[in-house]
Amino acid sequence: MTVLAVAEHRRGEVRDVSFELVTAGRRLADDLGTDLSLLVVGGDVDGFAEDLNRDGVDTIYTVDEGEEFNHGVYTQAIEQLHAELDPTALVTPNSVNALDYAPAVAESLDIPLVTDVIDFEADGTVEVTREQYGGKVETTYDVDADQYAITIRPAEWPKAEETGDAAIEAFDADIDADLGTTVNGFEEVGGGDVDITEADVLVSIGRGIEEEENLPLVEELADALGATLSSSRPIVDNGWLPKNRQVGQSGKVVTPDIYIAIGISGAVQHVAGMKGADTIVAINTDPNAPIYDIADYGIVDDLFEVVPELIEEFGGEAPDI
Amino acid sequence: MKILVTVKEVAEVDDEFRISGLDIDESSLEYDLNEWDDYAVEEAVQISEENDDVEVVTVTIGPERAEETIRMALAKGADRAVRVWDDSLESAQFLDIDTKAELLAAVAEQEDPDFVLSGVQAGDDANGATGVALAERLGFEWAAVVNSLDLDADAGLASVRRELEGGVEELTDVDLPAVLTIQTGINEPRYASLRGIRQAQRKPLEVQGLDDIGLDDSVVDSPVERTEMYEPESEGDATYWEGSPEETAGELAEFLRDKGVVEG
Ligand SMILES: Cc1cc2nc3c(=O)[nH]c(=O)nc-3n(C[C@H](O)[C@H](O)[C@H](O)COP(=O)(O)OP(=O)(O)OC[C@H]3O[C@@H](n4cnc5c(N)ncnc54)[C@H](O)[C@@H]3O)c2cc1C
Repeated sequence: MTVLAVAEHRRGEVRDVSFELVTAGRRLADDLGTDLSLLVVGGDVDGFAEDLNRDGVDTIYTVDEGEEFNHGVYTQAIEQLHAELDPTALVTPNSVNALDYAPAVAESLDIPLVTDVIDFEADGTVEVTREQYGGKVETTYDVDADQYAITIRPAEWPKAEETGDAAIEAFDADIDADLGTTVNGFEEVGGGDVDITEADVLVSIGRGIEEEENLPLVEELADALGATLSSSRPIVDNGWLPKNRQVGQSGKVVTPDIYIAIGISGAVQHVAGMKGADTIVAINTDPNAPIYDIADYGIVDDLFEVVPELIEEFGGEAPDI
Repeated sequence: MKILVTVKEVAEVDDEFRISGLDIDESSLEYDLNEWDDYAVEEAVQISEENDDVEVVTVTIGPERAEETIRMALAKGADRAVRVWDDSLESAQFLDIDTKAELLAAVAEQEDPDFVLSGVQAGDDANGATGVALAERLGFEWAAVVNSLDLDADAGLASVRRELEGGVEELTDVDLPAVLTIQTGINEPRYASLRGIRQAQRKPLEVQGLDDIGLDDSVVDSPVERTEMYEPESEGDATYWEGSPEETAGELAEFLRDKGVVEG
């Protein structure tokens, strides 16, 4: 018996989430009284295996196929190693790439899948915890199966730091070269005039602003504070601000001294980009908004009431909107 | 060419809400078209506008109430809709990823689309898995988290960008038929025009039971069972400034002055 965890790398580096995966995987293996096996596929697998050799890992399997992620290679490698090891649990990060292979693997192996898991408890069966309805509630699910797959939310478990003494084994997967998808390369997006990662103070706006016509209100506030304006994703999706202003998982990770989140709910993908701020201030009408879980200061009120007052405090003039 | 779009009606929770049993109380919920599916519908409709002979069909698992949302997709330009529902789905505790994939695959097999567009995730459950699970069931290719799509139907190829973490995008070619899960921002979803809304009333919306799509009630059997739903205890230790907007703004201003953000 084992827990099989699938590591992740990109452009020559093991991603942080892989070390979190080691911690989560080890805990699950302890709960179940089993080994922890890791799988790393593609790229410099030997170098990656060396990096991934952290305390708590029993065996690292390497599949030396391809350079970067391709779900065709991943699904085949995982399914074949799964057949060989017969693991109780298949564990992956809840990353963009895992969401590109884990559901297919679970379907193909006919095992239940639960995604974006934030906690679990296993003895015999496993009970997992996840968030629903935009983080307003938590739910638990009992997975009553001999084998199952879970994807774990990034940044919920600490990274495994200590070096370990895992056995490293090359796994000879038989990969059908007819993959159906071809990865042609990568591109960085979101460069441009302003680098929000450099700012000491960010005034950040979310969907609470409602309309593009209302943006001058927060621009005026940012001006009055000498702060930089950033935003959550919907503002960028709507084309109201350029991509380089987006904070979050697919945007920028920022670490200002002060982050003022205005009309932002605090979805997990947003929080991924700003939880490292020194001080977080939230202005939101919803007292249950998840942003308050990480805020240091909160004002539960309408931004259209509070922001104009704030602008006036600093001698500015709230625009007519 | 036929494009099948999975459309979900998602529940949105009021600021004040009540949990009853294993779900949020109906009285605290409002329903809307899933944000990610809105972009998927738009993408399909744009393709149909740019090419001849494209039919856009939506498929929804959901009760009669969902028809309001489905009409919204029809008003935005989808041609026709299929809704799957019956008593065993109604009485199921919840539908897991596998069940949804099986239901959608059954409809897809009947419709025989050239490709399928699906939202990256649904705003309420946030599983983020149905599209890819569906692809596997259908034996289709797929790509998850697509924020740009360039379709070459003649070559049987979709050139996409997958949005990875940290502002990096992956450029990938996907063989058709495929399921693509669509990320917000790929386009600008239109508002339904009054004319569109009127026309939507006359577009076909077909309701299918499990029998009709060749399944039986075993489809709802799941090893995954919801055992609890609760409001998480706030991990936060936020200091709340209270009072009128003038007072709270005053507190925040003082704080910012203390921190030296602004002088005086
Ligand atoms: C793969 C993937 C990647 C993603 N990447 C990112 C990312 O990088 N960055 C990101 O931000 N999101 C990202 N998202 C989207 C994320 O899931 C959320 O949809 C998004 O963060 C929500 O933005 P929001 O908080 O502005 O909007 P909402 O969640 O709609 O919140 C708006 C908030 O404003 C409040 N409000 C409304 N009116 C007022 C008012 N008058 N005064 C005060 N408050 C008000 C509401 O109470 C609510 O809390 C990603 C999603 C996926 C699936």
